[in-house]
Amino acid sequence: MPFESRVPAGAIADKWDNYKNSAKLVNPANKRKYTVIVVGTGLAGGSAAATLAELGYNVKSFCIQDSPRRAHSIAAQGGINAAKNYPNDGDSVWRLYYDTIKGGDYRSREANVYRLAQISNNIIDQCVAQGVPFAREYGGLLDNRSFGGAQVSRTFYSRGQTGQQLLLGAYQAMCRQIEAGRIEMYARREMLDLVVSDGRACGIVTRNLVDGKIERFGGDAVLLCTGGYGNVYYLSTNAKNSNVTAAWRCYKRGAWFANPCFTQIHPTCIPVSGDYQSKLTLMSESLRNDGRVWVPKKTGDRRVPQQIPEDERDYYLERRYPSFGNLVPRDVASRAAKKETDAGRGVGETQLAVYLDFADAIQRHGRDRIEERYDNLFEMYQRITDENPYEVPMRIFPAVHYTMGGLWVDYALQSTIPGLFVLGEANFSDHGANRLGASALMQGLADGYFVIPYTLGNYLADADPGSTPDADAADFRAVEDKAMDRVNRLLGLNGKRTVMDFHRSLGRIMWDHVGMARNADGLKRAISEISALHESFWKDLRVPGDPDTMNKSLEFAGRVADFLELGELMARDALEREESCGGHFREEYSSTEGEAVRNDDDFAYAAAWAHDDAGAAVHKEKLNFETVTLTTRSYK
Amino acid sequence: MAKLMTIHLRVWRQRGPEADGRFVDYAVPGVNPDMSFLEMLDVLNEQLTLDSEDPIEFDHDCREGICGSCGLMINGIAHGPSARTATCQLHMRHYRDGDTIVVEPWRARAFPVIRDLVVDRASFDRIMSAGGYVSANTGAAPDANAIPIRKDDAEEAFDYAACIGCGACVAACPNSSASLFTGAKVAHLALLPQGEPERKRRAVGMVDQMAEEGFGDCSNHAECEAVCPKGISITAIALMRREYVKAVLG
Repeated sequence: MPFESRVPAGAIADKWDNYKNSAKLVNPANKRKYTVIVVGTGLAGGSAAATLAELGYNVKSFCIQDSPRRAHSIAAQGGINAAKNYPNDGDSVWRLYYDTIKGGDYRSREANVYRLAQISNNIIDQCVAQGVPFAREYGGLLDNRSFGGAQVSRTFYSRGQTGQQLLLGAYQAMCRQIEAGRIEMYARREMLDLVVSDGRACGIVTRNLVDGKIERFGGDAVLLCTGGYGNVYYLSTNAKNSNVTAAWRCYKRGAWFANPCFTQIHPTCIPVSGDYQSKLTLMSESLRNDGRVWVPKKTGDRRVPQQIPEDERDYYLERRYPSFGNLVPRDVASRAAKKETDAGRGVGETQLAVYLDFADAIQRHGRDRIEERYDNLFEMYQRITDENPYEVPMRIFPAVHYTMGGLWVDYALQSTIPGLFVLGEANFSDHGANRLGASALMQGLADGYFVIPYTLGNYLADADPGSTPDADAADFRAVEDKAMDRVNRLLGLNGKRTVMDFHRSLGRIMWDHVGMARNADGLKRAISEISALHESFWKDLRVPGDPDTMNKSLEFAGRVADFLELGELMARDALEREESCGGHFREEYSSTEGEAVRNDDDFAYAAAWAHDDAGAAVHKEKLNFETVTLTTRSYK
Repeated sequence: MAKLMTIHLRVWRQRGPEADGRFVDYAVPGVNPDMSFLEMLDVLNEQLTLDSEDPIEFDHDCREGICGSCGLMINGIAHGPSARTATCQLHMRHYRDGDTIVVEPWRARAFPVIRDLVVDRASFDRIMSAGGYVSANTGAAPDANAIPIRKDDAEEAFDYAACIGCGACVAACPNSSASLFTGAKVAHLALLPQGEPERKRRAVGMVDQMAEEGFGDCSNHAECEAVCPKGISITAIALMRREYVKAVLG
């Protein structure tokens, strides 16, 4: 398949309409003759499965959890952006588009981002119609709040549980289709491989996580909606089961992986407390609306925060970025925190934290108003840290949160394997080198509710109805055998180290060298250390238990094996990109003030990595900017 | 540095749905009070793996109290001793050095054990499929601000919609009733104008499915409300009953 973005012709505001007007259609009576496999039931997968079933397709839906309602979209806290301009503060589709492409540091595809902004308003309408209880004003109309990287209030929210409410909306829409018999739901299934036949994606092989059975499923197209790969760092805000395996298997089968090094380190997470730590918890970015970030001016100041007088505090975001202040984008805020702790001004026991202080906001708005806005977040903070943020400032520190990179897709969300579509965080398409807050939910639902129903039809219209491949065919059996071999190989290792031990080691390498600040030496070191760890993994690992029962150690072993390969590719990608952009900060390419220095002449492209047995080769999709002028991103 | 503790665990082990289960005792040394309960189980599982024993299986995912995957009976209390807290958010600082803790799976006929502490909660999904939604096809929605909703109604609907579907309510109920879970969804949608057209069908469908799955009836013990990690009020059950009666009689 040629490597083309296939962006439709026309002015940017007309491209999506032009696409829809010329897309091929599948007639309603024929839709039921096509089977669509949807892997993952988060916002992207859930919304896609429900919508395609409503249209009349047969949908087979898969998730690794015990219920589709548990996908990790559920944990998104702050909100979802849309260009409704209900607050009348100057927002528009153009501004949402512009903020998103600028926020992504000009490393995303213009046309995709514009479409996202256009669709944003439909999403809010759809969710309200499903009964999503968004926050409202006393007049009964919807409330908005502001979020990092924007100077308008365009974020719709449901307290601090917006992801949960949107996901339950999509899940309930799925439930309706399950009842109607148009979605067959397969929970507790993990996709272990993709089946490609005659150059087209035509099915998947899964492991039933209850009884260990390896199973084959055929379909006319495969939609991969399996989220991001932040868990390559071991510690992240991702759920424990979030993993790259499904996407990585597709990569190994010929789908290209774009910008793997573009990861988002979120500035406001609860700091690490000890070696036993299994995951990190995000404190929503929305808190930066009312919280002020500071550190003591003196290095090594160990006084409790209440004893540090106002003039001995450095509100460094407000000082360095007066126009955006505490609402600078995530990458900027994270790096600024790192700069302070590197200089010895960190707070708390580990000194790897900064304060997020609500004292002023509580004084200004009253405790009631702050409780109404953030109470569940404050409660969660207290539960974890045993400190009361109404009285003591929160301690926060950056943590891995989201991955902008992912499988490369064209404008139609199709990967380099025909018939394999990639939606939501699993693809690379909309956020460039940095994602703005409240736009992951927007993208997941845009892809699932409003993009794929059109683009999938355009693909299927060229495939014969009823030509669903037989899952008993030799192609399927060969893939099944390979998956089974791998399971047996993992269980056959009889080393002395656990999966978690390897995962932690990988995470440490990634965080130290492929984290918030990167340099050539560190990246080269990461590559060689990961390679050694990878070798050791397949010798020294011990996986307990049996293949034919529930066996979470075995599940994790397969995922960590793939993370090891991905980690190396991330480091290579970061090494090749000799510039700083968004979340990718190369120390060699920074200004004297420590700000990122982009290189548009040489690196205004998406790096798409193709696998072959000899290694990985990079292909470059040049990003053409016709509507925006590339400027140095400034939030000063 | 916090003082490390030794915790004694008595854990339900069961190889499969048909196998007999039994309690097995373990000692976990070096427990840091800032660890979460599940992190303590991680530490134990690491040790079991190195000792060539099968680790203890338990469901978990987000570990921030929102996905509803985890759920353990801890000393006879669903999700353990902290109010409004899912198992994954329970921290060891609530225990003392030398404590013995009994850990069991949810026990209910409609939640068969899969392995060790993992149960099958697919019955909840089937209750949801029996009407726990608004039929609104993608693309057919009017403008989001077309129908104003009183702020108080929206807030109350949210309180019920906050259910994470963990099943603690069932585990805590002497009748193994799923009334709080079902009532929460019925109440959430009944309070909003979007839920109005299907409210009768929804109440009857979900309540009947709950019975069909083998969940018991509610007899107002309110144990469910006491253990609910989201603090959902049993007024949801009253509302569900009212909806059901109105649907059947009205």
